[in-house]
Amino acid sequence: MFRAAVRLSVSGVRSLTRSRPQYAAPLAARCYSHGKQETDEEFDARWVSYFSKPDIDAWELRKGMNTLIGYDLVPEPKILEAALRACRRLNDLGSAIRILEAVKDKAGPHKEIYPYLIQELRPTLNELGISTPEELGIDKA
Amino acid sequence: MLSVGHMGTLLARRAAAALLSTGSARMMASHGHEVSQQTDMSLPMYWDRLDTPLPDKPHQEQLSATDQALKRKETGPWTQLTKEEKIALYRLMFDKTYAEMKKPTNEWKTVIGGILFFIGLTGLVVLWQTHYVYPPAPRTFDPEWQAQQVKRMLDMRVGPVEGFSSKWDYEKGQWK
Repeated sequence: MFRAAVRLSVSGVRSLTRSRPQYAAPLAARCYSHGKQETDEEFDARWVSYFSKPDIDAWELRKGMNTLIGYDLVPEPKILEAALRACRRLNDLGSAIRILEAVKDKAGPHKEIYPYLIQELRPTLNELGISTPEELGIDKA
Repeated sequence: MLSVGHMGTLLARRAAAALLSTGSARMMASHGHEVSQQTDMSLPMYWDRLDTPLPDKPHQEQLSATDQALKRKETGPWTQLTKEEKIALYRLMFDKTYAEMKKPTNEWKTVIGGILFFIGLTGLVVLWQTHYVYPPAPRTFDPEWQAQQVKRMLDMRVGPVEGFSSKWDYEKGQWK
């Protein structure tokens, strides 16, 4: 399935049920003056290890999430799992639910992304006891 | 430039103006109470933003006894929290949900309505003007004058190739 976080700004993004979306062309077209470009796997690993810090503090969680949501992508389930576990270490259920709302909003018109994320996160959600906004009924105004 | 002596006279003048209690002076004296609250941007803030999900501080910082008890329960397993408790914990942390933030405001209806209203009002003003303000039309607008004007233009062959007179059939004496 797709291992990389989906770049949403590429117009005409195809259905995500296909195998690994080919986004090589736009990435290769970037002209860095020097230095290697980070792969999707390196990006994911970096963020997972950021949220996995055992003694992460509340500021770092907020900073990390706000920065991540600022990027033009929907984070991979493994990054979100690490962020939710960080909320658990910080005893902050509200922020955990807020993170789920935020990634649903990030997916924008691509309505198939959020159910996929929830499906992948289901074991973690059950283990930690995090209810989704839909289960709590706060997904409708 | 503002020495102590000067400050004293300035303050005295301001106090005197306030005491004199004329209309404008009264407004000056009471003005301080009517200024809207300004947020201190140098302190941690709360916000509801779609693009920045986690604000500096929680929505509710003053916790009642029940809220404090709930916060203590939050340190334990979340599987033991009821749905209502989870919603309460969310609302302690945040004011609006994403759904509430994204709710349409229907402000555009007010804007369009306002625009059309003022266009209509302007139309009424123009109508009134044409009746009460405008002078009588010049005689060059009379139908008789206009007819004579057209005849003169045709007689002097205005626009004979592709313009005005080219549309007139001179043999038959009528428009083509």
